[in-house]
Amino acid sequence: MSARTDTNSGGGWLGLYVLGYLVFLYLPVLLIPLFSFNNSIQAAFPLQGFTLDWYRTLYGNPALTGALANSLVIGVIAAFGATLCGITVSYMDLYGRSPLAATISAIARLPILIPGVIVGISLLILVNLIGLGPSRISIVLGHILVALPTTVVVMRSRFAAIPKTIREAALDLGASDWTTFRRVMLPLSAPAVLSAFMLSFLISFDEFIVVFFLAGTQPTLPLYIWSQLRFPRSLPTVMALGTVILTVSFIIAGTAEILRHRGLGAARRNPA
Amino acid sequence: MSTIAAARPLPENRISPVFRFAMLLPGGLVTFFLILFALGLVVFLAFRGNDGSLLGVGLTAENFLTVATDPLYWTVTLRSLVIAGLVTLATVVTAYPVAYYLAFHAGRRRNLLLFLVTLPFWTSYLLRVFAWKIVLAYNGVLNSAFIETGLWSQPTLAFLNTPAAVVVTLAHAYAPFAILPIYVALDTIPKSLLEAASDLGARPFTSFRRVVLPNSMPGVLAAALVVFVPTVGDYVTPAMVGGPASTMIGTLIQSQFGKANDWPFGAALSVCVMLVILCVVLLARGADRRFGSRT
Repeated sequence: MSARTDTNSGGGWLGLYVLGYLVFLYLPVLLIPLFSFNNSIQAAFPLQGFTLDWYRTLYGNPALTGALANSLVIGVIAAFGATLCGITVSYMDLYGRSPLAATISAIARLPILIPGVIVGISLLILVNLIGLGPSRISIVLGHILVALPTTVVVMRSRFAAIPKTIREAALDLGASDWTTFRRVMLPLSAPAVLSAFMLSFLISFDEFIVVFFLAGTQPTLPLYIWSQLRFPRSLPTVMALGTVILTVSFIIAGTAEILRHRGLGAARRNPA
Repeated sequence: MSTIAAARPLPENRISPVFRFAMLLPGGLVTFFLILFALGLVVFLAFRGNDGSLLGVGLTAENFLTVATDPLYWTVTLRSLVIAGLVTLATVVTAYPVAYYLAFHAGRRRNLLLFLVTLPFWTSYLLRVFAWKIVLAYNGVLNSAFIETGLWSQPTLAFLNTPAAVVVTLAHAYAPFAILPIYVALDTIPKSLLEAASDLGARPFTSFRRVVLPNSMPGVLAAALVVFVPTVGDYVTPAMVGGPASTMIGTLIQSQFGKANDWPFGAALSVCVMLVILCVVLLARGADRRFGSRT
């Protein structure tokens, strides 16, 4: 085997390894849907037969419905905030030509280097100081922060992929900064904007480590799951709920990934 | 392009102040207020005494003295470092061949495989950890599967509530983090370098060891960092599958802001964790510079 791309000898063994790796990656997660259809309170072999009972327990559960509504509202608002920040921060980082813009962009990606528990407690101190306390607004602020590095990275790579000449042409033809941004750059990166929005919604929807510190009396869905884990009897219900969440996550993440790469080719092929 | 741009003022130089202000405002608020100011509060609180009030009282280094002198915190910090180190090592070593395959052998399947390895990244962390709880439990998947196949006669307690369970669970939960940075590093190695190596008579293994591996080190270090940082401060996995023998530093911080209710001390622990991470980042930077000089 040589390291050249055109030879495929040796790739066979490596291919098998990659297959095994994917099994390791997906198998434990796929056990949740498997046992959610199993007619037993325990997640154990042998399987006891097919049932939809655990999915029926999800209906008409006010605590669950409340948590779901909370998660959806918080997710949408946090995703809006994180996407807005991601767009402006990365745009100014690339075209603002100011040290301040570059600094903001660097700090925006800093949460990657801070463990979630510290992000959580620092925000807990902050929201208590400014009088918000643990509440849904506090969770929104926390999730904007957690999703920010992702939206900045997604938007930055998209803006950078748009040929420079397009923006320069707009400015040379007399468009103002605002018009150039709103009528040229933003439409060209629309799929990435949508992708960043969906990914940050997903981050907020699934987030547990930070929300644990910031939730008041109204929990989100992951906090509801956490509270149910203490009761062995509700294990199958958690698995049914987990299956629904996983399915939704896979669909949203899949769509976001496709959007992220769509339209990039067109922008590259026709560089003004 | 450059000649036209030179004939008139550069477009970048005429950004209107209003536009600049409006565009910098949302990001500026979030980064300076929610990140820098909040972290500043943690550092401030770490030097205060606990009197039950929000920001504590006085100015003291007592919190740090307790951390430095009580062997409990040394044990837990050391355990966190060892667990996070093992997880990082396991994740990076297992991810490297996958990234290598993606960069050099995947061909038409590359986009599909990239998609498949990044997808778990976007699923709930809590559910990924929960999955391991049902796998490792006494009445769980692994025990029952072994009994079903006749390998064992009775279930074992040896899986759940061990530090090993924490390592396996964290390595699985953060596996997708490691592949992408390594893949990007491998993919950007100029193909001409590899051709030059083989033209000059390097055997495949030599060319891997002397050309591919050193050139991919920045990606490896980035991958190690993005796995190490969240794992060293994790408190969910130790609580779910670790048991009392796997208490990590994140667990202690969390309890200071919960049951123990000593916020200044929790803040001091957080500052220590950030200092440890800073050291690791600087180490990685240093290593990166060593390898970076070759590219």
